[in-house]
Amino acid sequence: MILVIAIALWAVEIYIRNHTRELMSEKDLEKIFQDKVDNEVKIEPKDWMPDAYRKTLVRQISQHAHSEVVGMLPEANWITRAPSLTRKVALLAKIQDEAGHGLYLYSACETLGVERDETIEDLHSGKAKYSSIFNYPTLTWADIGAIGWLVDGAAIMNQVPLCRCSFGPYSRAMIRVCKEESFHQRQGYSIMLKMAQGTAEQKRMAQDAINRWWWPALMMFGPNDSDSEHSAQSMKWKIKRFSNDELRQRFLDMTVPQCHLLGCEVPDPDLKFNEETGHWEMGEIDWDEFWNVVKGNGKCNRERLRARKGAYDNGEWVREAALAYAEKKRKRKAAAAA
Amino acid sequence: MSSKKNWPLWEVFIRSKAGLNHRHSGSLHAADADMALEMARDVYTRRNEGVSIWVVESNNIHASDPDAKDALFDPANDKIYRHPTFYELPDEVKHM
Ligand SMILES: [Fe+2]
Ligand SMILES: [Fe+2]
Repeated sequence: MILVIAIALWAVEIYIRNHTRELMSEKDLEKIFQDKVDNEVKIEPKDWMPDAYRKTLVRQISQHAHSEVVGMLPEANWITRAPSLTRKVALLAKIQDEAGHGLYLYSACETLGVERDETIEDLHSGKAKYSSIFNYPTLTWADIGAIGWLVDGAAIMNQVPLCRCSFGPYSRAMIRVCKEESFHQRQGYSIMLKMAQGTAEQKRMAQDAINRWWWPALMMFGPNDSDSEHSAQSMKWKIKRFSNDELRQRFLDMTVPQCHLLGCEVPDPDLKFNEETGHWEMGEIDWDEFWNVVKGNGKCNRERLRARKGAYDNGEWVREAALAYAEKKRKRKAAAAA
Repeated sequence: MSSKKNWPLWEVFIRSKAGLNHRHSGSLHAADADMALEMARDVYTRRNEGVSIWVVESNNIHASDPDAKDALFDPANDKIYRHPTFYELPDEVKHM
């Protein structure tokens, strides 16, 4: 008798263990989830997660992926016009890395159950955004230097804390990305150094590039903390670790001396060093310009989307042909084996 | 547009140097295994990160259920005698 009861209890216990998710209330699951996050245990794709967490990640990771991919366009403009073979292969390698970053991120996004094509459709329809910085044109070779130094520099500042993001696949993708990024920033600064030490005309080009890229780079950290919609929740979920303004401040403190080292000027008349705090203080960002570009009215928004859609549509026959060829090879192999 | 059929998803495993296991690196889409190998080289080994690559179509991977994790790994939880520290020996015993 006792044995029967024991077996029955044991069966019940096993059942409960195997059906925990169905038997637990949403609230319990949410508590387990938040405990894991609080204790720095990574959340993996098949683990239970709140719907809003999944949605936030899909939005953020896919927009991050789009940014890597669209980000190739302004730089690609200068591959054929790089001033030397060394600069050309370096730029090619950097742009190839960005394609890779896009792929790592699309893959991370797919683990959340969205098809890659869906995310790409959202980009093409304008539903999904990408970093606004890539809607500015690259007018001279010095722009390539300024992008590597300032834009990749700001991206690194944003991406390093994301290596510790609570979602495993995103965190792993970021670790890989960050390993590759430092070469991007260094090659950019090395271009700037060369230009800044060059002829008067080259120096003028370097300063002009800084004038045009400085403020958009600072905007890359997003709205001021007081106006940032998603921040508090993302912090609680440990998707985000530092606020927009904190990261912007760190970037400013690092970058101002680098600009001075070039012998160039920071295009901010209100910029000053606060001896007491040891920090640089900047003027006000033109948020109207920021929102205007986000809404699609930057100099290159239309051109960037046209290029992306063109690449996708013109590649369709290639994707189909590759599938057909793979199928043909598979059949041939099967026939040979039979 | 024609009927959408996507390239299948592949999981990529890379042996970073001789003597180490292949480790999961990530995933990618490719039409077939040959293409998956070439793309894995370009995506995951641009800086000599590997000496060997495996690709496996993702739908061929069977995984344990994360929800059943407790029940699945429970049998190992109470078997402390599987660990060397379970056995207390006098200090005089050397080399063990
Ligand atoms: Fe990147
Ligand atoms: Fe980069």
